[in-house]
Amino acid sequence: MISIKLDELATRCGEWLRGQGPQSEIVISSRIRLARNLASFPFIRRCSDSDRVAIDKTFREAIGSVPAWKDLAYYNVAELPQIDRQFLVERQLISRELCEAQGARSVFLDAQETYSLMINEEDHLRMQVMHSGLDLESAWDQISQMDDWLADRVSFAFHNRLGYLTACPTNVGTGMRVSVMLHLPALVITQQIEKVFRSLAKMGLAVRGLYGEGSQAMGDFYQISNQITLGRSEEDLIKQVAEVIPVIIDYENQSRAFLIKESRKDLHDRVSRAFGILCTAQTISSEETLHLLSSVRMGIYLGLIKDLEIPTINKLFIHTQPAHLQKLRGVPLETADRNVERAIYLQDHLRRRDNGGAMGQN
Amino acid sequence: MKCQQCEKPATFHITELTGSAPQELHFCEGCAKTYLLQNDGSEPGDSSEIVKVLGGQVKLGKAAEELAKLDQRACPKCGMTFYEFRNQGRLGCPHDYSFFERELVPLIMNIHGEAKHVGKRPRGEAPDIDAQTELIRLRKELDEAVKKEKYERASQLRDEIRLIQQRPLAAAGDKSAADLPPQSSAPNEGETGSSAED
Repeated sequence: MISIKLDELATRCGEWLRGQGPQSEIVISSRIRLARNLASFPFIRRCSDSDRVAIDKTFREAIGSVPAWKDLAYYNVAELPQIDRQFLVERQLISRELCEAQGARSVFLDAQETYSLMINEEDHLRMQVMHSGLDLESAWDQISQMDDWLADRVSFAFHNRLGYLTACPTNVGTGMRVSVMLHLPALVITQQIEKVFRSLAKMGLAVRGLYGEGSQAMGDFYQISNQITLGRSEEDLIKQVAEVIPVIIDYENQSRAFLIKESRKDLHDRVSRAFGILCTAQTISSEETLHLLSSVRMGIYLGLIKDLEIPTINKLFIHTQPAHLQKLRGVPLETADRNVERAIYLQDHLRRRDNGGAMGQN
Repeated sequence: MKCQQCEKPATFHITELTGSAPQELHFCEGCAKTYLLQNDGSEPGDSSEIVKVLGGQVKLGKAAEELAKLDQRACPKCGMTFYEFRNQGRLGCPHDYSFFERELVPLIMNIHGEAKHVGKRPRGEAPDIDAQTELIRLRKELDEAVKKEKYERASQLRDEIRLIQQRPLAAAGDKSAADLPPQSSAPNEGETGSSAED
């Protein structure tokens, strides 16, 4: 087991924002998580401190004995400083729940950041696999294999009729949540997004914001996921989500085409102003940054902004978040100072490429 | 128990699991209907869910006294009462699913529309879940014995725990050979199978 310095991770991008893979102009990432519990311990909320330590140890030994996992990085989340925990949340490598909980808890990560194993989250184990673009099938193959390796080594709580047992009955059965993250700015502008959500709800699919349950839809990012976890096979649940994604992509593309056709000037104006602010602002919040980057990202796709690539914008989405910014600058910063540093960082990465040519040549 | 909206006795007991924290609601029939209709407007797809929970709760609850009795039932392994579950919306240990199965199945039906797992199963032989959940009870008892300074009992319990943990298939460790599970008269289906067949 090795421990990668988090500061090194900061300069890189991680799998889910790589901006490649099928349909990656609109589909940011595909993620599958499995919830598992040891049969021999109470669920987390009823665990004593020593139970939590023992669970952590059990998984550490099991994970450590899997040959393919000898290079995983291990972080004792309970002992990480707040900024490092926040940093891992921003990269989507740990959940907010794991970040904010009390007591023994930890996470294992692979160097490419395609998967993580969280110990002592809401369940004893939450493992997730994240792939760039629309790629659920291979994500399932990968996580199912991980699940098998662990099932050979520990006794998971499994009930003959109810399947894998979880702390909350909303996760029982497969313990699986399939999420696809989409960037849907045109559906937001044309106010069609509510309609899409309503039809998804009728199909039993849930919609969440960028950072999962309860989080706002920042930067026009939305996660579509399965609501139920019992009574259908994993393949069926994956299929249900996978089948609806092309339909939503189609709606988003239609909305973009509509905007170009009906109000090209307005759209071009919106995108150019967003780009202008990002290039010239002297102080800017992370919320405004996300909002403006979202417009720019769409503008690149529609050819309204030249000489800039989507992966660059993806990187800025993550690097301008509070904990990342502080890691990249190497010093802790108060909000006001962060807003100044963020503006400088954006200027450095957007303006430098051709002396503002991308801005002016329209 | 009185309805939380009026003076009539509460006959409908709803546990809302949709918000950030579970919420307990007690209504008479009239107020329950009003509540459900209110919800109908805001969250499509949600109301049918509550109606179903309600149906289930009525079937099992019937009267407030019966519910009170049910509330006091405690899992023999982890000690969680049904009341605690209704309040927190989270279960105490894996054995709760067997112990409270009859009460849980209507809730599970309402959440998932099904109560039978058809997906993946752990590969290899099924571990003896009962022996595993027994460890929860033994550890709890051990904690209490140590607290009460009953060291003889504590050492007894420690031995029992070690014995279960050392069983080849059930506990951790590589499956090096075709280890047979220890003699166990009751496969895990047995106990849980009795309750909720409707």
